[in-house]
Amino acid sequence: MNFLKKPINILCLFLIIWFLCYSYLSSFSNFIVDTILNLESGRHFTEAFRFFIFEVPKVFLLLILIILVVGIIRTYFSAEKTKEILKGKPLFIGNIMAAFLGIVTPFCSCSAIPLFLGFIEAGIPIGITFSFLIAAPMINEVAIVLLIGLFGWEVTLIYIFTGLAIAITSGWLIGVFKLEKYVEDWVFQVKSGSILDDNQKISFNERIAQGITAVKDIVGKIWIYIVLGIAVGSGAHGYVPEDFLSNLMGKAHWYSVPLAILIGVPLYSNAAGIIPIVSVLIEKGVTIGTALAFMMSVIGLSLPEVIILKKVLKIQLIAIFVVIVAIGIIIIGYLLNFIY
Amino acid sequence: MEIKVLGSGCTKCKTLEKITREVVDELNLKASIEKVEDIQKIVEYGVMVTPALIVDGEIVVKGRLPKLDELKEILNK
Repeated sequence: MNFLKKPINILCLFLIIWFLCYSYLSSFSNFIVDTILNLESGRHFTEAFRFFIFEVPKVFLLLILIILVVGIIRTYFSAEKTKEILKGKPLFIGNIMAAFLGIVTPFCSCSAIPLFLGFIEAGIPIGITFSFLIAAPMINEVAIVLLIGLFGWEVTLIYIFTGLAIAITSGWLIGVFKLEKYVEDWVFQVKSGSILDDNQKISFNERIAQGITAVKDIVGKIWIYIVLGIAVGSGAHGYVPEDFLSNLMGKAHWYSVPLAILIGVPLYSNAAGIIPIVSVLIEKGVTIGTALAFMMSVIGLSLPEVIILKKVLKIQLIAIFVVIVAIGIIIIGYLLNFIY
Repeated sequence: MEIKVLGSGCTKCKTLEKITREVVDELNLKASIEKVEDIQKIVEYGVMVTPALIVDGEIVVKGRLPKLDELKEILNK
């Protein structure tokens, strides 16, 4: 079939099938539970099972779509282009742009140092560089999917905007205080080779192919965490009585947010690994603000990252960086606990 | 042929070095393979995202792990 040879056609077909699957998912999972398996509705096990076989395909559908879209968008960006865009941008506007670029620029955490050196070498102020480096891990497409799946759009949007706000203000503050003196001296002597950017024009088909590769890579790595997370969530969904939950939820102490961050910083995990824990925390009655603060501190601030940064930053700047980001997360934790 | 694999200790970088060696062996290429782990040197090559592959002074792959077939094609040129 010639029609299926073009990725663009496959993409359209995929979107139609995706939409159909997504809209009939609820009827389909009910059909399996009530008609095929003929389970007695209303029982704890039935409802937990219903939740599980509805949530698993739902989260996977969202995961595939969002990673695909982000994967395609990322083919339009590269660390080199981002560097060019940020060159010579004034503070604050530069911070805003850096935070947004942090979401769409493809790079893995192990490239943080070469990226940092490349940015500094290009004359990008450290404040703007920091906005980029804070936003990149903090706002993560997998976290976005799982938050949509488990808590809905509202919480997800709050997560994205508060994450951006932390990245922008933290970087901006680091810039305002002119903390360049706390960067290791050798950093400023690094000469980057002239970058012959491979200006290869890639076709849209190639972009789609790269998006599909991203889906395979990421879903292949994290599916087990997601199934486990939802299994635990659905267990709690069916079995934990509601008044038990609400009793626990009443116990939001003032120190819960800072405590969550203190526990979260030394831990290191990617978003996929942390979300099942977050869903359990929330099922167990931890408030959304506290749980999100915990998640952000695990994926946005981590001990291994700090140790890597030690190569290029003096300890004072690392401390300032950690404290500013931690304060930002605390504020957001309290804010969300206050709203919900 | 002079091949350089650029990357600090991350998993993808190690995998790139491994599959590069495999491909060179498989295709019986005459090539020297060097792993560059020093970040300062990596940046000097103009690379900001690892892993990267340099063949005879030219950056052929950067920021991602190429598929085996793609790598064969690159090294076979």
